Amino acid sequence: MAETVAIIDYGSGNLHSAHSAFVKSAERLDHSPRIVVTDDPEIVRRADRLVLPGVGAYGDCRAGLFAVPGLVEALTENARQKANPFLGICVGMQLLATKGIEKGTHQGLGWIPGTVVPLTPADPALKIPHMGWNEVAVNEKARIYGPFSDGAGTVLAGHAYFVHSYHFVADNPAHVIATTDYGGPVTAAVLDGNIAGTQFHPEKSQHYGLDLIENFLKWTP
Amino acid sequence: MTLKNRIIPCLDVKDGRVVKGVQFVDLIDAGDPVEAAIAYDAAGADELCFLDITASHEDRATLFDLVARTAEHCFMPLTVGGGVRAVEDIRKLLLSGADKVSINTAAVRDRDFVNRAADKFGNQCITVSIDAKRVSAEGEPPRWEIFTHGGRNETGIDAVEFAVEMAERGAGELLVTSMDRDGTQSGFDLGLTRTIADAVPVPVVASGGVGSLDDLAEGVLKGHASAVLAASIFHFGRFSIAEAKAHLAKAGIPMRLDTA
Repeated sequence: MAETVAIIDYGSGNLHSAHSAFVKSAERLDHSPRIVVTDDPEIVRRADRLVLPGVGAYGDCRAGLFAVPGLVEALTENARQKANPFLGICVGMQLLATKGIEKGTHQGLGWIPGTVVPLTPADPALKIPHMGWNEVAVNEKARIYGPFSDGAGTVLAGHAYFVHSYHFVADNPAHVIATTDYGGPVTAAVLDGNIAGTQFHPEKSQHYGLDLIENFLKWTP
Repeated sequence: MTLKNRIIPCLDVKDGRVVKGVQFVDLIDAGDPVEAAIAYDAAGADELCFLDITASHEDRATLFDLVARTAEHCFMPLTVGGGVRAVEDIRKLLLSGADKVSINTAAVRDRDFVNRAADKFGNQCITVSIDAKRVSAEGEPPRWEIFTHGGRNETGIDAVEFAVEMAERGAGELLVTSMDRDGTQSGFDLGLTRTIADAVPVPVVASGGVGSLDDLAEGVLKGHASAVLAASIFHFGRFSIAEAKAHLAKAGIPMRLDTA
């Protein structure tokens, strides 16, 4: 039986690109998983891997996710109890935090303790949103574990596409496995056990992003 | 480690076809926007822009289809503009696979449309496209005004004030086109680009008038743009994306060169 990768659809925009990118990366594998875009809690509950995308405002995304009956419960059961590989993307990654401060304070999933706060680079020449290609630096842990590593010694290096005005400040710095620089270090990726998340958009990051997705699809936490 | 400046090829699309075609690589069909997009993706363009100049609203289905087909094959940011008048237009484009939608005339007619769009979809996917012409006489302090309908209709609106207001209302990016320079290949209107870029907190994309690689570099160095958009110099094979990036990097501009 091929694996199933569930990309969670909770009304947060552009899942077409995410789906296409996951299909493209899946095609490179010997045993291609099935990529489904779904809001069905039953499918989410049974999936082998989970992807939580997200664009827009924190509060809207949070509300959209919690508005689907049984979805958060299914996600929690699968990602937290079964501990299947989970990848959050952009606001989907930010939702892992305890809370987000964007147009009010909103509770997140709280799976990786931390707060999502506005980017405030000291240099006024630095524009907000942080939009475009920036280099990602991974730490020692990420070199051998998680979606930046192919599990065989090759570590992703290069640029990824970012577009965000808020960023994830983790309570435990050990959960930040990759950073970029925008007037100071900015969290590019978080990881705790089987739960990973990227601030950048792998589905928009050309070969870098497709490699990261491929690593995620091969990852055994 | 720093944010890189972006090079954005822009394809004018009419009735689902690239206007004048793209002749820079061995395309089987020079008029197919999807094929051109794939080629630019492979060439390492940092983003891609489609500008739909289809006259009738009925032919929009063609645009949604080509955006969807592009998003299936290109894993890079895509901005789509032209004829965006309602929140529903934006929703359809985003669902088809656009990452950013550019609003032009509709933002001039109804400024609150930008607030509604940004509230609904987030600032990050709302680009306001500003077409401006210099209206001050030679020797006067420079002043620019907004023109719509390809530069034919004057509005009397000050371009810099409008830009500041658009950023406040929720535009996540501004695409600033000099209607004086567009199509002339004589370089950006650097005064216009710089005045707006220095006045707003959001990224500015310079557009209109690129004829050489030096023009691109000046857009960043003297125009203070975060990204530069060009059409004909790429489409007709005068320069490749790689040549453009190498040229800008040599001028000291941070560029993403690891694109293969």
